[in-house]
Amino acid sequence: MMADARAGLWTLALRRLRADRVAMVSLAVVALFLAMLALSVMGVIGAGWEEEVAVTYAPPSFIGPDAVTQQGAGVARTAPPPNGFDPLAGDIAAIIEAQGAAITAPPPARLATLAFGADKWGHDVLLKTIKGGETSIVVGLAAALLAVFLGTLFGALSGYFGGVVDDLFNWFYSVFTSIPSILMILAVAAVLQHKGVSTIVLILGLTGWTGPYRLIRAEYMKHKGREYVMAADAIGASHWRKMFSHIFPNISHVALVQLSILAVGFIKAEVILSFLGFGVPVGVVSWGSMLNEAQNELILGKWWQLTAAATAMALLVTAFSLFTDALRDALDPKLK
Amino acid sequence: MLAYILRRLWQMLPTMAGVVLLVFILFNWIGGDPAYLLAGKMSDAAEIENIRRQLGTDQPMHVQLWIFVKQIVTFDFGNAWSTGEPVSRIIASRLGPSLTVLIPLTVLETVIGIALALAVAFVRGSLTDRAVMIACTVGMSVSILVYIIAFQYGLAYKMGLFPVQGWGTGLGENLLRYAALPVLIGLAVSIAPTLRLYRSFVLDEVHQDYVRTARAKGLSERRIMWVHVLRNAAIPIITHVMANLPALLIGAFLLERFFGIPGIGREVILAVERSDFPVIKAITVYVAAATMVFNLLADLLYKAVDPRVQLA
Repeated sequence: MMADARAGLWTLALRRLRADRVAMVSLAVVALFLAMLALSVMGVIGAGWEEEVAVTYAPPSFIGPDAVTQQGAGVARTAPPPNGFDPLAGDIAAIIEAQGAAITAPPPARLATLAFGADKWGHDVLLKTIKGGETSIVVGLAAALLAVFLGTLFGALSGYFGGVVDDLFNWFYSVFTSIPSILMILAVAAVLQHKGVSTIVLILGLTGWTGPYRLIRAEYMKHKGREYVMAADAIGASHWRKMFSHIFPNISHVALVQLSILAVGFIKAEVILSFLGFGVPVGVVSWGSMLNEAQNELILGKWWQLTAAATAMALLVTAFSLFTDALRDALDPKLK
Repeated sequence: MLAYILRRLWQMLPTMAGVVLLVFILFNWIGGDPAYLLAGKMSDAAEIENIRRQLGTDQPMHVQLWIFVKQIVTFDFGNAWSTGEPVSRIIASRLGPSLTVLIPLTVLETVIGIALALAVAFVRGSLTDRAVMIACTVGMSVSILVYIIAFQYGLAYKMGLFPVQGWGTGLGENLLRYAALPVLIGLAVSIAPTLRLYRSFVLDEVHQDYVRTARAKGLSERRIMWVHVLRNAAIPIITHVMANLPALLIGAFLLERFFGIPGIGREVILAVERSDFPVIKAITVYVAAATMVFNLLADLLYKAVDPRVQLA
């Protein structure tokens, strides 16, 4: 009991979190994805996803190569007619065949199966899923950071100062929330003609600050009258110092929970934006662009790219959501 | 009551002004010169000047803002850049198909959501409750894209239970034939978050004193849940349904695009693809106005559901 009385918010939260089995398993899955992300950013894994390593639509290895007709495999390679070739001279077919046989370079080694199969261009779907995950996760995290940063800044100013500042931010908030977020995102996407990863981060970050704003504002209103803030005031701390050195550490758990909630939402939003073609540019792979390709492949019976991207995404988002729920409960046990 | 409604409408004015200003700044200031977009690559200076004069973008900013405000008030946003069709006619004609999908979706989602939430809250804490909640979290984690692709492929293309896509002319045909699968997918996607939310509303109520009193009086559990708890949980449920209505209109955009339903959502995506600013501007402003009106309606409905609510 004594130890509990002295333990801080974070220590208690960590203790509660450790006792939660679902939370720990989810955390392990999220950590696995983040490790994959780090390795992918460093170029250790996923770097060669653009290479043609397998036959078109090579099936996953557990199905085996015989299950699907291999397009391009076993086709005889013939050399093109050389310059100055006389089409009227002798037996053309024999000449072409002789020249084809003279070419000694072996055809590139292309696999008939891969663990997760291959796509239309013979890219390894596993590497593609890893690389696509990198884009989706980076966009989700960066946009969530931007949104929470803006929400915290606006919420702090609004809740701490109150009065006209609060009225102004509240007006801004009601304007933003009266436009459905997906419409807002599409409107900004229409205006910003430049496509790129940074553009999606900007769009999602600029349109997602309202949730954190509301909660952080309420926390600042609650905390600004507490004794420790008055004490800081008495020793002459500036407004900025009181807001961010004194109050912020006490409410940072709200920002942290918002960060993980938004990251999950933005990973899902990036996938939809990329799918619609408003997201990542051509040549960059994300889970959304993979689903876009996979949609047409499904009709041909090639389901593995869809399954790989969808499963990876569902796994990450489920683990992230379960962990966020546990984190929220651990930080605020009164909430249910 | 009338005074309350008038006051609320009056309070909407600054927010609406903000929306108009935001949309104006976004499209007229940040969005660049539409004359270049419209004229295309093979354009000369005279042509650009001509287009600017037609659109009014050669005028100073405050005059352009005034033109925009006049457009909103008169419901006349001019013609769409890409097709030349009047924007007001586009919105009017796309509303029907959107509502044909959204009204059944909202009604079914609310009814099924409430029934399941009461059932799950009744067995709260049990293994069933936990299993349903975990299933909901997993269900919410799968992207709506995957639901659409998989259901469209499996149920429509492979099994032939529904048309793969399309839209008819009669309401009955659309409702029963073309809207059925989109509504089913919409339900599959939305029921998990709705159930989680409604369960928390119901759980807030089951610990109240009146529930204990009702039990002490010897009322059946079924009567307590369906009559007493539901009535009190109705307020947050109404808020949620009403607040979601305008967003739903756009939220179904993926369904409309995949199934070729000529609704508002598909129109927005087409407009974004074609940089058709008048269409996006008009839809954004009207959806924002609808959101505010629906919020007011939600407050009025509170009073109808719970007479204790004071509309101040």
